[in-house]
Amino acid sequence: MTAARQLAERHRFRWWELLPWIAGIAVFFAFPNYLSFGTQVLITILFALSLDLVLGYAGIVTLGHAAFFGVGAYTVGMMAMHWGWNEPLSGLVAAALVAGAIGLASGWVLLRTQGLTLLMLTLCTMTLLEQAANMGAAWTGGFDGMPGLSFGKILGLFGFDALYFRSQYLYVLAVLFFCFVIVRMLVYSSFGQSLTGIRENLLRMHAVGAPVRARQVLAYTVSAALAGVAGALFTQANGYVNLAVLGLERAAGVLIVLILGGYGRLYGAFVGAIAYMVLEHLLAKAYPTAWQLGIGLTLMAVALYARNGILGLGDALRRRLGAGGTR
Amino acid sequence: MTSAMLETRGLCKNFGALEVSREVNFRLERGARHALIGPNGAGKTTFINLLTGVLLPSRGSVVLEGEDVTALAQAKRVKRGIARTFQINQLFRGLTVLENVCIAVAERLGVGGTMLRPAGRRADVIEQASRLIEMLKLGGDAGRRIVELPYGRQRLVEIAIALGLNPRVLLLDEPAAGIPSAESHILLDAIATLPKEIAVLIIEHDMDLVFRFAERITVLVSGAILAEGTPAEIAANREVRAVYLGSALDA
Amino acid sequence: MDPVSILLGGLASGMVLFIVSVGLSVTMGLMGFVNLAHGGFAMLGGYAIVLVMRHWGLGFLPALALAFVAVAAFSVVLERLLYARLYRASELDQVLFTIGLVFVMTATVTLSIGPETQVVQLPDWLRGQTDLGFIKYRTYSLALIAAGTALVIALWLGFERTRFGARIRAAVDNRRMAQSLGVDVGRLFAVTFAIGSGLAAVGGGLGAEILGLDPNYPLRYLVYFLIVVSVGGLGRVAGVFYAALLIGVLDFVLKIYFPKGGTLFIYVLALLLLLWRPQGLFGKRGA
Repeated sequence: MTAARQLAERHRFRWWELLPWIAGIAVFFAFPNYLSFGTQVLITILFALSLDLVLGYAGIVTLGHAAFFGVGAYTVGMMAMHWGWNEPLSGLVAAALVAGAIGLASGWVLLRTQGLTLLMLTLCTMTLLEQAANMGAAWTGGFDGMPGLSFGKILGLFGFDALYFRSQYLYVLAVLFFCFVIVRMLVYSSFGQSLTGIRENLLRMHAVGAPVRARQVLAYTVSAALAGVAGALFTQANGYVNLAVLGLERAAGVLIVLILGGYGRLYGAFVGAIAYMVLEHLLAKAYPTAWQLGIGLTLMAVALYARNGILGLGDALRRRLGAGGTR
Repeated sequence: MTSAMLETRGLCKNFGALEVSREVNFRLERGARHALIGPNGAGKTTFINLLTGVLLPSRGSVVLEGEDVTALAQAKRVKRGIARTFQINQLFRGLTVLENVCIAVAERLGVGGTMLRPAGRRADVIEQASRLIEMLKLGGDAGRRIVELPYGRQRLVEIAIALGLNPRVLLLDEPAAGIPSAESHILLDAIATLPKEIAVLIIEHDMDLVFRFAERITVLVSGAILAEGTPAEIAANREVRAVYLGSALDA
Repeated sequence: MDPVSILLGGLASGMVLFIVSVGLSVTMGLMGFVNLAHGGFAMLGGYAIVLVMRHWGLGFLPALALAFVAVAAFSVVLERLLYARLYRASELDQVLFTIGLVFVMTATVTLSIGPETQVVQLPDWLRGQTDLGFIKYRTYSLALIAAGTALVIALWLGFERTRFGARIRAAVDNRRMAQSLGVDVGRLFAVTFAIGSGLAAVGGGLGAEILGLDPNYPLRYLVYFLIVVSVGGLGRVAGVFYAALLIGVLDFVLKIYFPKGGTLFIYVLALLLLLWRPQGLFGKRGA
């Protein structure tokens, strides 16, 4: 039966899934002067990927996901500044654990609510952390953050290169690949399938006996941990951390990236991050206010007409041309 | 008296001053083919919601095979063997028919939460779901998304999901609602071929379907049971005729 | 600072929060629509008042009235043309749309007027201090308290004593039932939205001295307005009133004693409160 076959084959790697990674490596050789920018793009992809898990798949609308990005970023920063611990890989693990723990605690408590209250509480939690970071200047450097951090060599071999970002780029690319494999595995598992069910019809999921809240909290926790890793990469790669890693601008930014690319699809994060950051790089520096206007108009248009982002438009186009879209 | 498969004892539900269910003592026997009828607003769907745990009663209890399940949440009752369909389809509209049923089967088999193995590798889940789909004559639509199906077929998917849960008790809330008469025979066949061990309770307005299907009928009016008995008894009951059937049969 | 002064200062802040947020509470309670752009109407109102006073030489009160009408009218146009298409849409779409709208409003104001903070020139009769007998306090703050109190009374009367108000209350409580009883919820919402946005506009202008007025106003206070509305309970005027006063006073006190991040306390409090009672202090259960 072809439908069953399709379902059974859905998780298999297709050849074009290698393309993003080949392109990533190609960029390393082709654009040696843009690796700093490229690193920021890769970090954003990871952050957007984490948001996709919780928003695109589980359907939890959150405006506070930067909370976990910030927790990861500050964890690594504080470890380096106050304990002199600047080994990169263990830093990532620590960031994932701390962000995941906060995700578990807040998710367990917040996900008892839904709709507007939940949205509000995610915003509240993030703003709360932002205020805490501002207040605890002795720990976090307050408003100015912690500049001038330096990190040890990756695996003892590759030092961070502050000028050209060469090792940073490959390091972040490798971590992104690793995390992507995890997310991909989750998405195609029964767990991922049930998240989609939760998003599509909450009542039905209860009515098939699924432990809905446990699944939501689990997705929220994993997503938080991944966002924490992205934040940690930010601090390590850039050598500083400040309040901008938390806050509405960062949270809204990643939401825009994901919506632009298309949520609920693995590669939306990739497409969205690249599109958004390239455009931002080209336009925002020159005309920041016009950029904001453009983003605002785009968001309004997307909400009204193109809910599934760039990839969604691509799907619709393919369907028009008769090829039939797949998810 | 043997314990019923599912019964309610003194079940009451109030919304503020509004009494929606009043002292309902109901028995659903093993392997039953039982219909619940009554005028609109009688509280039939509320009753199903009370049975399944979507609503908690103000008073009284729900007992499944001797076990008091009144305090259990909806998902837990499903695990104990109660499955239902909704009056208005509650399906995963963006997913295919097969995916819809697979989600239900996966939950029943207890593998709905596994994170490491791809869902596609679960041959047992896919195979059982496919069988159910075939049984309901939906085989050709297995790969189509719910939004693309006509309403009548969607209704059948609703039943397929409920069956995928391997229930001991199956509650069908107006399964024929919205199905054009041209397609209703598929539904009738499906209901006729339900496994004999399952206790089935149908809420319906379609008297044809009710009298063809039911071995026992309960009449619910204003939240309380007005009459209960075999189809012949109910059809002959003067009170029932007056309140409900009279208008339906004469029309 | 003595307690009475602190209380009055806090109440004045709270009144501003109330005037701006009451519209948001009612429209959210009525339509279940997540309107994150509400602060934008407050900002537009503030700017309208500043401009009209500066360039047309209008007095303070006429400027307030004009801002009310202009922003109310503008909001209705937006509502009919754009908002209405998203009432059935997912929460995410509503969030995206309204955030986009905020960005558009902010950018438009920055482009046309500039990023600087604007100052509302208070009329002479609002400046200085007033002697209440037991204390002398800023006239402006006292006027705010009086205005807020007058507003809540007017709204209360409107809700409890008019048919229009009764319809709103019915629709907030149970939209479907209200519709089946013949209430034109669509038109109800348009009018409510207009009044709410108009009030926000007035609040934006009245409160410019306290909350400031610059293009970043809507984003800066987004969480605050949402907290006031959630804590008060959606659709409950009394709820918003008490919540706004509570938060206004708390914020005022915290700014004095813990200037560096005392507002953290407010977020924690709001979090705990909403976890304990998701429907807010006065909201209905299972909303």
